[in-house]
Amino acid sequence: MSGIWFDIAHLLAGSLVLVSFMLLYQDRMFALLNVFALHAVVLALAVGWQAWIQDAPHLYVTAFIAFVFKGVIIPGALHRIVQRLGIHRSVETVGGIGLTMLFGIGLVALSIVIMLPVTAVASSIGREDLAFALSVVLLGMLMMVTRRNAVSQVVGFMSLENGLVLAATGARGMPLVVEISVGFSILIAFLVIGIFLFRIRERFDTVDLQALDMSRGEQQ
Amino acid sequence: MPAELAMAGLLAIPGGGALLLLLLPGYRVSALLNSLVCAATLVCAATLYAARPAGGIYLAVDDLNTVFLIINALVGLSTSLFSAGYIAHEIETRHLTASYIRFYHAMYQFLMFSMNLALLANNIGLMWVAVEASTLTTVVMVGIYRSAAALEAAWKYFILGSVGIALALFGTILVYLAAQPVLGEGLPAMAWDRLLANAAVFDPALLNLAFVFLLLGYGTKVGLAPMHAWLPDAHAEGPTPISAVLSGLLLNVALFALLRFKLIVAGNPGVLAPGPLMMALGLASVLLAGFMLYRRRDIKRLFAYSSIEHMGIITFAFGLGGPLANFAGLLHMAMHSLTKSAIFYGVGYVSQLEGTQQIADIRGLTRSQPLLGWMLVAAVVAIAGLPPFGVFTSEFLVVTSTFARMPLLTVPLAIGLMVGFGALLMRLQGMAFGDTTHRHELPAWRLLPMFVHLALVAIAGVFIPEPITAWFRQVAAVLGG
Repeated sequence: MSGIWFDIAHLLAGSLVLVSFMLLYQDRMFALLNVFALHAVVLALAVGWQAWIQDAPHLYVTAFIAFVFKGVIIPGALHRIVQRLGIHRSVETVGGIGLTMLFGIGLVALSIVIMLPVTAVASSIGREDLAFALSVVLLGMLMMVTRRNAVSQVVGFMSLENGLVLAATGARGMPLVVEISVGFSILIAFLVIGIFLFRIRERFDTVDLQALDMSRGEQQ
Repeated sequence: MPAELAMAGLLAIPGGGALLLLLLPGYRVSALLNSLVCAATLVCAATLYAARPAGGIYLAVDDLNTVFLIINALVGLSTSLFSAGYIAHEIETRHLTASYIRFYHAMYQFLMFSMNLALLANNIGLMWVAVEASTLTTVVMVGIYRSAAALEAAWKYFILGSVGIALALFGTILVYLAAQPVLGEGLPAMAWDRLLANAAVFDPALLNLAFVFLLLGYGTKVGLAPMHAWLPDAHAEGPTPISAVLSGLLLNVALFALLRFKLIVAGNPGVLAPGPLMMALGLASVLLAGFMLYRRRDIKRLFAYSSIEHMGIITFAFGLGGPLANFAGLLHMAMHSLTKSAIFYGVGYVSQLEGTQQIADIRGLTRSQPLLGWMLVAAVVAIAGLPPFGVFTSEFLVVTSTFARMPLLTVPLAIGLMVGFGALLMRLQGMAFGDTTHRHELPAWRLLPMFVHLALVAIAGVFIPEPITAWFRQVAAVLGG
C-alpha cells in the first residue's frame, strides 16, 4: 500500500504536531481546553486511519477511547473545574510566547533529525509517524515546562500522552495491552489529578503553582 | 505445582489484600491484616527461591527477579509491622483520620501488587504499566497529609514521574519496533526472554535510541542525578513507612526495569555500550548527593539524599559490569534496602516523639531514648559505609572492582563516598549526642523490625552464608559484562 494512503496518514500526524503548536500559544484557559479537544480529535482520526490501512480493528478501540475520553469527557470536566475555580481569565506562561514557539520549532527539527536516519529500516509509515510522535511528545514536555498553572500543565501532560499513543499505533502490530493501558493509565492519572486540583483548591484558593513554590521544606 | 501457585500468590495475595483492606473499617484490624498479607507474600517469594515455575508470555520467574522479589517481600513485611505502630500514633495525634488509614492500607498493598507485577512481568509493556501504577499509588500516598508541603511534593513527584514514565514508554515502543522485523508482530516481540535471546540481530540504531529514552525515563524513577528533584520532597513529606518503601523497594524496581533493558542492549554487538552511560549517571548521583547532604536541615531529606547516593553507587556498579562488580551491586542493593528502611523506621519514631523533622531541633537521642538512639547511630554508621556492617563490604567491593578495571574512576567515586560519609556523621553527632531534657518511652517491641534489619546487615558484614553468595554469584553471571 502506498501513495495517497501514506499521504493521508502523514497529513493527520502532521496536523497533530500543528495542533501541539496551537496549544503552545493559547493564553486563555477555555481556548486552551478547546484546542486540546481538537488535539484529541485529530489523534482519534490519525489512529482510526492507521487502523484502516493496517487492517487492525483493535486500533479502532484506541481511536474511540481517544475521541470520547480525551476529546469530550476530559475537556468537559476541565471546563467545569476551571469555571468552579474561577481561573478562566488567562494562563501565565514562563518566558514569552515567541521564544517558546522558536524553541518548539527547534524541538521538532531535533526529533526529525534524530528519528529519520535511525528508523531507515522500519517501514516508511512507521518512520515519519515516529518523528511526528516524538515531536508531539517533546512539545507536550515544553508546554509542561513553560506553564505555571496546574490545569495547563495537565493539558500539556495529556498532549504528551497523545504523542505516545500516536507512536504506539505507528508501530505495526503492537499488542493491544499497551493501548488499553495507556487509556487506563490516563484515567487513573486523571483521577489523581482531579483529587489534587481539589486539594490544592482547599489549601490555597489558587491553582497557580507559584503559590506552592513558597512552601518548600528547605527554605526557611 | 507449588511454584506456579507461589507465582500467582505474589500477585493475588497483595491484590486481594488491597480490595479487602479497602472494605475493612477499623485501623487495628487492617494493620494486622496488612502484616499478615505481607507475611503470606513473603512465603510465596521464598518458595520461588527453591522452585521456579515455567514462564509464560506475560509472566516469568528467573534468577534476576527472584532476588528483587524476595527483598521486596521481606522489607514489605517489616515495613508493615513498623507501619502498624506509626499509624496508631498518627491516629492518636489526629494527623490522619480513620478513613484515610483505610485508604492508606489498601494503597500499601496495591503498591506491593504493582511492584511484584513489574518484577514478574515478562512483557515489557506490562512492566511499564506496573511501574506507572506504582508511581501513581505512591503519588497519592505522598500527598496523604494534605499539607502545603505534602501537596507540592506530590505534585512535583507526579509531574516528574509521569514525564519520566512517558519517556520510558517511548523507549519501550522503540524496542518493540527494533524487535518486530525479527520476532514478528504481536506479543512475542514484547516478551522479555525472546527479546534477550534475539537481541543480537535487532537494528542497532533503534536500540541505541531506545536505550537513551529508557535510561532517562526509568532513571528518573531510580532517582539518578540530574532527574532526582522529586525524590527528596517525596521522601520528606509522605508518611515515613512510605519513605521506607520508596527508598528500600520502589527505586530498586525502577533499577530492575533499567537492568532488563541494559541486558537486551548489551546483547547486541552493534550498539553503543550501555555500561558507561549508566556509570556516568551513577557517578554524577554519588557526587551530587554527597555534597548536597551537607546542607540538609530536614532529617528525612537528609536520608533521601543518601538514597540518591546509594542508588548512584548501585547503578555505577551494574554499569561497570563483570562478575565482581555485578555481585557488589546486588549485595549493595540488598544492604541498602535493609539499612535504609531501618533508618526510616528509626527516623519515623524520632520525628513522632520529638514532634519535628528539623535536624537542629533534635538533640541527644541517645539520652532521651537510649535504645532507639543507639540503634539509629548504628544504622547511620552502617549506611555511611563503616565496618562491621554489610554496606562496608559491598562498597569496598565496588571500589576495588573499579580500581581493578578503571583506576581513574576510583578517584571521583571515593571523593563522593567520603564527602557523603562526612556529612552523615556530622549530622548524626548533633542528633544523637548532646544535652537534652526530653525523656521518651517507646515499647521495645516496636523497635523489632529495625533491630532485625540491622542484625541482618551486621551479620552480612562479617559473614555471608555460602548459599547466598552462590545465589548472588549466579545472578551476577546473568547480568553479564
